[in-house]
Amino acid sequence: MRGAYVLWRRQLIRYVRSRWRMIGTLGQPILFLVALGFGFGPIYAKAGGGDFIQFLAPGIIAMTVLFTAVFSGMETIWDRQIGFLKETLVAPVSRFEIMLGKTLGGATISIVQGAIVFLVTLVVGYRPESWIMLPLAFLFMFLIGMMFTAFGVAIACNMEDMQAFPIILNFMIMPLFFLSGALYPLEGLPKTLTIISSFNPLSYGVDGLRQTLTGISYFGFGLDFVVVVFVSLVFFILGSYMFSRVQV
Amino acid sequence: MEEKAIEVKDLKKYYKSIKAVDGVSFNVEKGDFFAFLGPNGAGKTTTIKMLTTLLNPTDGEARVNGKDVTKDAFGVRKSFGIVFQDQSLDNELTAYENMYFHGVLYRIERKLRKEKIEKMLKFVGLWDRKDSFVKTFSGGMKRRLEIARALIHTPQILFLDEPTLGLDPQTRNHIWNYVKELNKKEGMTVFFTTHAMEEAEKYANKIAIIDYGKIIAFGTVAEIKKKTRTKTIEEAFLKLTGHSIRKEEGSSKDRLRAQAKSWGRM
Repeated sequence: MRGAYVLWRRQLIRYVRSRWRMIGTLGQPILFLVALGFGFGPIYAKAGGGDFIQFLAPGIIAMTVLFTAVFSGMETIWDRQIGFLKETLVAPVSRFEIMLGKTLGGATISIVQGAIVFLVTLVVGYRPESWIMLPLAFLFMFLIGMMFTAFGVAIACNMEDMQAFPIILNFMIMPLFFLSGALYPLEGLPKTLTIISSFNPLSYGVDGLRQTLTGISYFGFGLDFVVVVFVSLVFFILGSYMFSRVQV
Repeated sequence: MEEKAIEVKDLKKYYKSIKAVDGVSFNVEKGDFFAFLGPNGAGKTTTIKMLTTLLNPTDGEARVNGKDVTKDAFGVRKSFGIVFQDQSLDNELTAYENMYFHGVLYRIERKLRKEKIEKMLKFVGLWDRKDSFVKTFSGGMKRRLEIARALIHTPQILFLDEPTLGLDPQTRNHIWNYVKELNKKEGMTVFFTTHAMEEAEKYANKIAIIDYGKIIAFGTVAEIKKKTRTKTIEEAFLKLTGHSIRKEEGSSKDRLRAQAKSWGRM
């Protein structure tokens, strides 16, 4: 597993060195948190929902993890363009190990980014329901991170360059996020939206995070956990398969 | 019969209508210093990519170190090292880190790894720049680093795809002599491409010339010169492949190849 380790380490080194990117990817979730949190807060309270920040914060953390993970996975395209991918592909390391290193690397970075946003939510006034559940919340972040890093790799395997990136962003990642219940409660939605949300794996990740952090759940913790673990595995296997077929 | 280092039988790579490699067959014996020559777009790099498991052949068979490139890709990967034609370094890492990652990927034991990295970085004159980011390097320095990296471990077969491109004559000689020495002392098989015919003439013991995806000449340096009745490999090369410039065709081929690849994908 030395190969997986070294690729994991490479991703962390690259992450720590790209401070601007780090700040760039944190800007959006923080903006969402502040603008939506305080913007919709009064209406949410008036409708009897309570403190919107308490509801929204886990969703914003999930968003951070989602974006960080997908982008980490899609960095594979960049590796292909700079030629580094070839270097790893000809090495006597199994494709599975490379995929494992990449996925764990993406998941680790996602957790770190998630933790930073978590700290920001504390500044904004968010208070977790119980601090004891925090490790479980991080487990969820990790699983969501794995799921979507693997997803990003799977996409990257089918792309030659970054040209299709806006399409992926607008037609896959954004819908995943907006239709996940990260920003609004899933209760009492129009039927179509409920159905779509229940097919979105991120919904269960968001719900699990919200359960562990704020103590509110729509699907129930058990189902959240099972779905997130299962889909992570499926995406990991799918990503590994796609990656094993990559030619450069 | 002794096992060959590389065995290629009727190997083909087609992209839609383009026949990048069109049924090549040849053998490379263990310990050979083998030059694989051809004009731009002749199919050299595509062949190397198939031999190094980066591309699946459309048809035909290839064995590297006795292992089939499609059926036992992992076995093949364990037996060779390569310097690619285009860059394959991580610019965001330092020179040392690039070497280190390579060493770990190739399972070189820690102590030996440290020694070898130092030795090779000194060899290519980059030891004092070991902690600089690769993105600050010039083209020649990057090239040297790639060669140093490929030689951290001594593979049974070393592929060099135009390794000396962009290097000054001093560095070129320095590197070729070192590779030649490894070839002699360790019996490492060398498979290289180059456009500098004098390099092939000087170092190779066997030469294959490929054009339009087909092998058009094969033999020792003396045999090829004799067959074409020429005095140098450069003359032989020009006699066999003609004087017209292939650059245009090579690039349009590349474009078509890219197009063929992008169809059916995103």
